[in-house]
Amino acid sequence: MSTETTIVENFHYLWLIPLFPLLGALLNGLAGRPLHRRFGEKIISAIGVSLPWASFVVAAISFFKLQSLPAGAQLSDHLWTWLSIGQMEVPFALSMDALSAMMALIVTFVGSLIHVYSIGYMHQDAGYSRFFAYLNLFLFAMLVLVLGNNLLLMFVGWEGVGLCSYLLIGFWYEDLNNARAGMKAFVVNRIGDFGFLVGLFVLFWGVGGAWSDAGYSLGASYTLDFEKLRQVVAGTVEKTIWGFPVPAVAAICFFIGATGKSAQIPLYVWLPDAMAGPTPVSALIHAATMVTAGVYMVARLNFLYLLSPTAMTVVALVGAATALFAATIGCFQYDIKKVLAYSTVSQLGYMFIGVGVGAFWAGAYHVLTHAFFKACLFLAAGSVILAMHHQQDMRKMGGLGRVMPITRWTYWISCVAIAGFPIASGFFSKDEILWRAFDADGLLVPGWLIWLLGFTAAGLTAFYMFRSYFLVFTGPTAKLEHGHGDDGHEEHAQHEPEEQRPVITGVLVLLAAGAVILAFVGLPQLWMGVPPALEHFLEPVFSGAENLPRAGHGHGAEWGLMLSSLAIASLGLGMAWWLYRERKNSLPEKLKERFPNIHRVVYNKYYVDEFYQATAVRGFMFLSRACRWLDEHVVDGLVNGAGAITRALAYLDGLIDQYVVDGLVNLIADATRRAGDKLRRIQTGQLPAYLSGLALGGLVLVVLVRIFLNWNE
Amino acid sequence: MTPVGLVHFIVLGSLLFVLGMLCVLTRRNAVSILIGVELILNAAALNFVAFAHFNGRSLDGTMMALFIIVLAAAEAAVALALILSLQRRTRLVDVSKTGSLKG
Repeated sequence: MSTETTIVENFHYLWLIPLFPLLGALLNGLAGRPLHRRFGEKIISAIGVSLPWASFVVAAISFFKLQSLPAGAQLSDHLWTWLSIGQMEVPFALSMDALSAMMALIVTFVGSLIHVYSIGYMHQDAGYSRFFAYLNLFLFAMLVLVLGNNLLLMFVGWEGVGLCSYLLIGFWYEDLNNARAGMKAFVVNRIGDFGFLVGLFVLFWGVGGAWSDAGYSLGASYTLDFEKLRQVVAGTVEKTIWGFPVPAVAAICFFIGATGKSAQIPLYVWLPDAMAGPTPVSALIHAATMVTAGVYMVARLNFLYLLSPTAMTVVALVGAATALFAATIGCFQYDIKKVLAYSTVSQLGYMFIGVGVGAFWAGAYHVLTHAFFKACLFLAAGSVILAMHHQQDMRKMGGLGRVMPITRWTYWISCVAIAGFPIASGFFSKDEILWRAFDADGLLVPGWLIWLLGFTAAGLTAFYMFRSYFLVFTGPTAKLEHGHGDDGHEEHAQHEPEEQRPVITGVLVLLAAGAVILAFVGLPQLWMGVPPALEHFLEPVFSGAENLPRAGHGHGAEWGLMLSSLAIASLGLGMAWWLYRERKNSLPEKLKERFPNIHRVVYNKYYVDEFYQATAVRGFMFLSRACRWLDEHVVDGLVNGAGAITRALAYLDGLIDQYVVDGLVNLIADATRRAGDKLRRIQTGQLPAYLSGLALGGLVLVVLVRIFLNWNE
Repeated sequence: MTPVGLVHFIVLGSLLFVLGMLCVLTRRNAVSILIGVELILNAAALNFVAFAHFNGRSLDGTMMALFIIVLAAAEAAVALALILSLQRRTRLVDVSKTGSLKG
């Protein structure tokens, strides 16, 4: 564990990075509708696109500032103290080290490109301003997640991106299925978030104070800051919670959070459904940025994971299993976005292999390359979907390569990158991960097992990606039937799909170029003799990982693995070529008829959704119904019983009040009134009567005086 | 012929008082009642003077009689004003017809 102090440079421009998108979200969110009506789409997209770019510029400036400092330094921007409880202080502070700089650049750059793309994709959509507001809000939340300097702030961003994901999946909420997909994503993510929170509490407890007879006492090291946690986390090793060491429990709980956000087994089910959202959303949130938040989190907490080989093993194994599992499903899907969705799940699995075996920088590198090539794939798919008038079934496409050359070639480059051919970036990131998995030691399972899972998945990846490529872009050109457009356009007759506007194709070209160029930051040591630039750049963040045990396979093994990766990728490509190119081969159909059961099971995603539906969802529904019954009959019964008793008492009280208290009061009043009525008659108004009374009274007085006072004596 | 003594005065005063009382109680005319009141007052004044005379000719009783005369004059003035006002209002001086003091 590194205990040397880190150079922290105050840099008071960091807060601008998340501020700009927030500003855009507020502007478009609050004033979008009138602006849209008054000035049209131009002003909306001007706001929505320029602010993310501004954010990118600030991020880039911060990056260069960071570069100018010695290695291992970080920028920090303390905005205000958020919580101050006892000795604990949680600041609202942003900080940028190498890892968050990389993430911030990805988020702002790819994010801004996708904003540009959205100008074309969302053209003439009724929710134009709403879309940009959500997208900007997403960038804000993602940047808070990435730049927050403590776990709590990260959690704010974590929840924020979940919210935006929900809003954007259900963007076209008039269709119940979309709204349902959004809800599913939200609920599944909440399950993961619960894990995150529990991990937070456990870690909190582990590094902080302790319970004793005198109550809870705060430790001096009670903190949530990543930088401080890194220094004090080693102290938690001896502590146990229910017999398990604190770092393992905390790390696994955090990883449960990551499985939710980053769509790993068992919580991956929401991501394929999330494709219901508009395609730029799928590209930005569900491929390039948000889903990598789990990987980022594990990489950020590397000091915690390094303390627990168990947790590392869990991460790597789950990643490897997901990579393979999702890849098999991807081979049998017909919806182009579904293919890409399962591909994303699979690629995220690779990233978790990377961070799980201790190759944090390789995981982060795969985040970076994946952001580019997967965003490019999604956006190219979006371009195809636009051209096909929102047709997503690949069986109905074909031959689009001829009419959409730019889309085709960018898609091709991205396929090459994701499949792992050494001319594009994907090869280097994926291969580094697989090599480090193979070379890993000290995990609870042998490294080659994880490697084997990832290796098999790599072949499948090449296969299903090129399958989609051949299905969509080769063969006879699809004709558009009239009436296909669900945007209200009436087509006159059959015609060929067309290439999209430059605002769309330009973005594709940039992303594809990025997918190639990024190879240069990760050229392996084996080739260049020096460590990859990115590894060097990220090294200070993952300083603890150097001490991880390695099996120590030599260069020969590394070369061998590299070649075998290439071979299996070629095999996948060859299979796809043989089976799907030009749609000439009828073998896929025959195989489907020959093994209908296998096809059905895999096509239906192994019935995992149905399984969850039958167990978790049904169980939960039963539980909630039981709770409702309990609520209605027992709790309500108690409440109503209490109410009834009170009412009865009140009724009795009312009776007493009415008849006893009021009775007395009325009696007195009545008696007084009646007496007054009687006595009134004495006042006759007749002067003689008064005078008689006077005389009589005088007489009586005289008599009384005579009798009682006896004046004479 | 016995000399005139205190008893005579007292008897005369009592007679006057009873006559005045009867007048006040029986007459309906407000003016008559006033006259009756005058009789009563004078009966009292007569008693004062008589007692004063036969009690060492002190001036106390005489002073009282003087007060009573003044009082009677004031009372007559006020009462006559009341009666006039009553007459103006109701065209009557008959007290049995005025019932505005009735409770």
